[in-house]
Amino acid sequence: MDDLIAEFIAETREMLAGLAGEIVAWEAAPADRARLDAIFRFVHTVKGNSGFFDLPRIKALSHAAEDALAAVRAGEREPDAKLVSAVLAVIDRLGELVQAIESGEAVPSGDDAALVAALSADAAVPVAAPAAPAAARAPVRSVRLPVELLDRMMSGVSDLVLARNELSRRLRERGGAVEVDACFDRVSASIADLRDAITRTRMQRIDNLFSPLPRMVRDLGAETGKDVALALDGGDVELDREMIEMIRDPLTHIVRNAIDHGIEAPAARSAAGKPPAGALCVSARQTGNQIVIEVSDDGRGIDAEALVRKAVAAGTLTPERAARLGPAERLALVFEPGLSTSDEVTELSGRGVGMDVVRANIERIGGVVDIESRPGQGVRLVLRVPLTLTIIPALTIGAGGQTFALPRSAIEELVRLDGAAVRIESLAGSRVATIRGRRLPVLSLAHLIGREPAGGGETLIVLKPAGGGVYALAVDVVHDHEELVVKPAAPAVMAAGLYAGTTLADDGRPVLLLDPPGIAARAGLSLHRRDIDDGAAVPEAVDAAQAPPCLLFRTLSGAARLVEVAAVERIDEVPESAVRATAGRLHVAIGPTVLPLAGCGAEPPRRAMRVMRLTDGVCEIGYALDEVVDIVRPAGTVLPAAAPGEVRGVILHAGEQVELLDLHWLLACHAPAAAAGAAPVCVLPAGDPWMQTILRPLVERAGYRVAAAGEAASPDLVIASAGEEPAAEGAALLRVRACAEPAGEDDDSIHRYDRDALMAALAAVRGGR
Amino acid sequence: MSALLLLVRLGGERVALPATDVEGVVELEGVTPVPGAAPHVVGLSALRSRVVTVIDGSASIGGEPCRSRRDAVVAVIGGHPYALLVDGVEDVVAASGEPRPLPGSLGGGWSRVARAAVEAEGDLLLLLDLAAIVAGPAAEAA
Repeated sequence: MDDLIAEFIAETREMLAGLAGEIVAWEAAPADRARLDAIFRFVHTVKGNSGFFDLPRIKALSHAAEDALAAVRAGEREPDAKLVSAVLAVIDRLGELVQAIESGEAVPSGDDAALVAALSADAAVPVAAPAAPAAARAPVRSVRLPVELLDRMMSGVSDLVLARNELSRRLRERGGAVEVDACFDRVSASIADLRDAITRTRMQRIDNLFSPLPRMVRDLGAETGKDVALALDGGDVELDREMIEMIRDPLTHIVRNAIDHGIEAPAARSAAGKPPAGALCVSARQTGNQIVIEVSDDGRGIDAEALVRKAVAAGTLTPERAARLGPAERLALVFEPGLSTSDEVTELSGRGVGMDVVRANIERIGGVVDIESRPGQGVRLVLRVPLTLTIIPALTIGAGGQTFALPRSAIEELVRLDGAAVRIESLAGSRVATIRGRRLPVLSLAHLIGREPAGGGETLIVLKPAGGGVYALAVDVVHDHEELVVKPAAPAVMAAGLYAGTTLADDGRPVLLLDPPGIAARAGLSLHRRDIDDGAAVPEAVDAAQAPPCLLFRTLSGAARLVEVAAVERIDEVPESAVRATAGRLHVAIGPTVLPLAGCGAEPPRRAMRVMRLTDGVCEIGYALDEVVDIVRPAGTVLPAAAPGEVRGVILHAGEQVELLDLHWLLACHAPAAAAGAAPVCVLPAGDPWMQTILRPLVERAGYRVAAAGEAASPDLVIASAGEEPAAEGAALLRVRACAEPAGEDDDSIHRYDRDALMAALAAVRGGR
Repeated sequence: MSALLLLVRLGGERVALPATDVEGVVELEGVTPVPGAAPHVVGLSALRSRVVTVIDGSASIGGEPCRSRRDAVVAVIGGHPYALLVDGVEDVVAASGEPRPLPGSLGGGWSRVARAAVEAEGDLLLLLDLAAIVAGPAAEAA
């Protein structure tokens, strides 16, 4: 809070200093509308801020001055000398009060009522202009610097870094003396520190902007009797300090407006069928060259017709022109000075000033404000401000022999391709990675930029760009984590659609910052199906209503068939010679493995083909196919097959009859019997979703084949919830309980998340079999 | 007083650039390519801790790429610094007269980037528009 007060004081002082000239000019020409507006905005801003800081005197004074000036703005009152002196007196008093707060002195005593009374139109006595503020000024602890100076410092330090690198190279070439090297290292370290410090002087997390909001929303909600749930997102986006200051006011105004005019009272909301608490969402994200700040509410929206009526009534819009305005233009009237849809004047947002201030401030920093409103459903305001100078944490990577940077905010994880955690397969020409059960499309950065990947192991970077959707980017090498100063790239560079900006690496070479959403778009990755199979990662997929993703393929005879993606281990291309009728049936050799082959007749097909490997987790078979068509989620009714066989039914997909593979039948018929017998069998209760989705993979990893109760003749292990007594018939019994503590002395159950104990028990049963 | 012109060789011609638009003439060291960008965008280069976008002036007018990858004219256009590769930089001279309208037909990509004809040192030269060169051929098609 102290920071915020300091900010408020600094800001107010700065505005006062800037206003001094305006005030004198206004005194000379009270009819000057521009001066009047400037002074009005000052008192309006001070009023808003003081309300937030609980500074009642400042608030009362500024509110009174605002009222008087608003009357002048509305043309209800002439700006006469008396009013000018009264306003000046108020402004001087505001200066004194702010000064007092800053220096921690006692607030100057004095009755503000006289000043307020002097503002009213029928005040009899003009106030005497007060004496100049007291000369005793407290020492100021902070300094406000022009940002140009910081820019110059920044550029100076960058030059220093480049010179240091040059020097370092020369020193290495000559093989300098030890003491010179030590000295150079010191210089080097100081330069790094300096660069760091100067960089930081300009940057702030946008959190600084967001942190006052919860309190403000709470207070405003309490004042207006409204219930508001605030959601904040993206506070870790870093933004130029100057930008933050420029956005602070507009954001405050927008949030105030949303609560005051947008969100309805709880009763009205309930009547409209909305939840009683209004939802207000403030989020920030970096996209390309911009920071996008979005404020949305689910309130009543903006009445565009009322805006038009007001504008016509105020004379800023002719009725003829009004008739020609499109919906967006009508809505844009909200940014015109002096217009508001709210008929009542409230203490909070006043008269809908603010929106013109909002737009003025955002446009001054080269930004844009967009507004969308849906009557009865809410308003969404989007501020886009340029990323003139931001520092972002980035990962530098190499692909096709060139270094690039990736914003770390978009990176979910790094996965080395040679690790066991990931498998890559080819589906219809594009690569798909399976990382811990999740399938993601893979893009090769080197291919994307028209180069060849360097040999050696690739690394997958799982990217989750803002706006959802996940994909994996394959790069040749990962260099380092770095904090980079990103500058906007020239339009000719941005036109490539792959980059978000440029930066200089420590060695002084330019580096391109990649734009993860742009890469996805460039690669033609469907934004809606970037996550090919998020079923494994999302527990809701257990819900039977959602069909599991299926692979649509054509068999060697041309029939369209579907198989659950989860059962497909991988797909390989095999030559004709790989398939042989051996040991009484067809087998296919893929690398070192030989698998029983289904999907074709008894004779080996005389052609090259693709073979997908189907698995139930224990045994594996091959299934011959011609081509993979797509991955789909089939919807509709399954018409069961007449007789059991490799097809369990028919479903209509995209107007075509498609057969569904019967995995159970296939595996039962083709899976090598020995493999099934080799694995110990574990019985899990079929109806327990936790057991089936969470525990089952663990059990299978431990080498068990999982069966439902009654399905396996002689299970080796039966797992049950604590307290249940299943038929174990000579099998070991393992009970798992939901609570962490055992129920009593003789409770031999294991806590369901005690992974070590579970694995130990599973291993013990298997070993003792 | 006549305008100052920077005379450069580009695409086999001697042409003039408005000297007031030009920040300086440099020799580039090392260019980072920008994969996926238009052909006339050679890449990025660092110039006194600034990242400049390197444009091949000759490729922009539809000619062969510049032979030299070093001589470049630096200019700030639309707030972005650019380095324009040319085949050679000759001199800064004063124009001996006002710019004149272009002669009727110009070949190749010249008509897109030429702003006027201007006389200097007794020759009639094309006065080129830096922004048009930087924008490249695609800008016109769009």
